[in-house]
Amino acid sequence: MAIFSVYVVNKAGGLIYQYDSYTPRAEAEKTFSFPLDIVLKAHDERILVSFGQRDGIRVGHAVLSINGVDLNGRCTADGKDVIEYLKDPVNYPVSIRFGRPRLSSNEKLMLASMFHSLFAIGSQLSPEVGSSGIEMLETDTFKLHCYQTLTGIKFIILADPRQTGIDSLLRKIYEIYSDFALKNPFYSLEMPIRCELFDQNLKLALEVVEKAGTFGPGS
Amino acid sequence: MIISMKHGTPGLNENKNTARTMTVHNLYLFDRNGACLHYSEWNRKKQAGISKDEEYKLMYGMLFSIRSFVNKMSPLDMKDGFLTFQTSKYKLHYYETPSGVKVVMNTDLGVPNCRDTLHQIYSGGEDLHGVHCEEPPVQYERSHSERSVLLQAGQLRQGAPLLLSPGRL
Repeated sequence: MAIFSVYVVNKAGGLIYQYDSYTPRAEAEKTFSFPLDIVLKAHDERILVSFGQRDGIRVGHAVLSINGVDLNGRCTADGKDVIEYLKDPVNYPVSIRFGRPRLSSNEKLMLASMFHSLFAIGSQLSPEVGSSGIEMLETDTFKLHCYQTLTGIKFIILADPRQTGIDSLLRKIYEIYSDFALKNPFYSLEMPIRCELFDQNLKLALEVVEKAGTFGPGS
Repeated sequence: MIISMKHGTPGLNENKNTARTMTVHNLYLFDRNGACLHYSEWNRKKQAGISKDEEYKLMYGMLFSIRSFVNKMSPLDMKDGFLTFQTSKYKLHYYETPSGVKVVMNTDLGVPNCRDTLHQIYSGGEDLHGVHCEEPPVQYERSHSERSVLLQAGQLRQGAPLLLSPGRL
């Protein structure tokens, strides 16, 4: 899917809505014999590769599963600490799957707030008068588009760099937000959006853009 | 590709036939510790409202945060990382060398991706007359107190390409 995720941030910088499309995350599964030549270290609640990059396993990748069973934070599903488990030669040969770690909801909250501040700093450091904040941020793997409404709500879309029609999609999401979140009598302003119709219509809008590439004037 | 930068509004002419004028507002160079090695300004219409030192720190901090943000957000492994960002009025181009030197350039919105230009600014390149630049590229020392990079900003105003030469301040 060419659109990776959608974030909605309120006036204060708090994340009020987040949607992730299926993303092709780089993963590699390999079978290892003792001793393991990849150096692992525990970081936050994950086990990350710190040395020994090879064959699709990069530094910064997390251990996702061992012998086909997904990990539970730093422990295997049966509660054994992963680093201890991998030090014991009895457990080998072992099949480990590495990949880019998925973001936890806490991390998404922190990143959304971080972007809210970066948006403002982008406007402050502007060499031109009357600049907005960061509207588009480009990297080699994704493009981040941001639309700030007059009321201070930011709609942020992460998409493939070649995807077109994101500007009209941002306006369309704003429309969907006004129709299905703001007009919902049970929704409070600036609070997390938990409106089914908003979810449904957002997914529909994303599908239309991915198929057609751009929004027509009639939608 | 030889780049000539002129002082004033028409900053960057890539191809004389198309006669496109693009504006370069300013340029920052940072070392890997965040110290500002160089700053040049050509066409800046609005100052940040804080002292220059604070502005360098804010710029470096913003770029450091953007890099960390992009690293976490990216769905796939990145090769070049953060490239540019744009607002409604300007575009910021970013280039980082393996040694940690960061070249940051603010231009108007019409400038396409110019990573090779930023790389040239870092490495020195050849001057217009084909004389090979014999000065070694940007050098910096570990202590902040000695700035060992001197950018010859005067040459920019005469339309000569950017040359970097080591020196002591």
